[in-house]
Amino acid sequence: MHELAICQSLLTEVAKVAAAHGVSRVTRVSIVIGPLSGVEVPQLVRAFDLARLGTVAEAAALAVENSPVVVWCDICERASPVPANALLCGGCGTWKVSLKSGDELLLKRVELVAGPNPAPINAQHVKGGCHVQ
Amino acid sequence: MCNECGCAVGTGKVEVRDGQGIGTSSQPDAGSVEVLTGILHQNDHQAAHNRAHFDGHEVLAINLMSSPGSGKTRLLEATIDAIGDRVRIAVIEGDLETETDALRIRAKGVPAVQITTGQTCHLDAHMVHDALHLLDLAQVDLLFIENVGNLVCPAGFDLGQHANVTLLSAAEGDDKPAKYPVMFRAADLVLLSKADLFPVFDDFLPARATGHVRALANDAEVFSVSARQADLLAPWLDWLDGRLSSLHSGAVLRPRLVQGRTNHGHVAP
Repeated sequence: MHELAICQSLLTEVAKVAAAHGVSRVTRVSIVIGPLSGVEVPQLVRAFDLARLGTVAEAAALAVENSPVVVWCDICERASPVPANALLCGGCGTWKVSLKSGDELLLKRVELVAGPNPAPINAQHVKGGCHVQ
Repeated sequence: MCNECGCAVGTGKVEVRDGQGIGTSSQPDAGSVEVLTGILHQNDHQAAHNRAHFDGHEVLAINLMSSPGSGKTRLLEATIDAIGDRVRIAVIEGDLETETDALRIRAKGVPAVQITTGQTCHLDAHMVHDALHLLDLAQVDLLFIENVGNLVCPAGFDLGQHANVTLLSAAEGDDKPAKYPVMFRAADLVLLSKADLFPVFDDFLPARATGHVRALANDAEVFSVSARQADLLAPWLDWLDGRLSSLHSGAVLRPRLVQGRTNHGHVAP
């Protein structure tokens, strides 16, 4: 449930970039998320739709690049894609590996446009079928 | 405290490595900007600031994490009983509600600051910084930050601590590291707590728990401890003494960070 806090941090960084370039409108925010960052992408996307309101990224799309968990074994000199809870070399099975990717929580790119923000264009709406009592 | 350093909270520099496509002479800068900064930059910046405070006062800061009810506060009480006469301890308590834990610590004669987070599921570096204002670090050797009981969210937020200590109690099951890999990968020490109950929970195998920690490529030591039995508390106390000695000898206190093996190590300071 910390995805909203993560989103607010993300939007703080986005606002800094926009301010540094003298613009008040962001059209696209690109991030890289690895499973070992502890962030759930679907929840982050939903949180972004709320958190962006009233910010420079109010109308921005969120592009998420999922980073795979990959470990490197010095003994076998090979990289192995692995599950998040089994960081073992695909060759020899040792756990004495180093993480090459998979824990990213990174703001990669921001697309900026001069001019005022339009209304949000891709907010997710709750569709029918929700029967929470 | 922060009069000493100015506490430049939230003024982290944004790193822009690629200016391609930015702006024209007739309009404000616009285009696609490569940023490559940590999403938790602001928290990480504050955490580095907290760590500077700890280092400046030669305070060893330990972040205690676990699920609710695994015995964090009880471990602290037993630790205070064991070494409180020779090590000046302080505690920051994180809970959603109540001041119960801080009252328990204060009853031992140790200063404790309670952070009640409401519905926030973790402590962050700013909350800890606020709590530091209520402590006199010049009078502290060892600061425990007892995080909110939660095996998910606290792992993602650097508080400025020197080490993460994660508890896993006998009743929880030895497969927790496999179920919560982010938390247990971040651990610098894993304590299998309530070890006096191992005979009751005989399906909890310490070796199996250790195996799950190793499968996260984590070489952290794993100790079986009990706050009720002095002999089962000794490995933990020895570990603390070793860390306190390292602090005073100027050794690297965060070797995992140097190796880039903690969470978000590639963007941490």
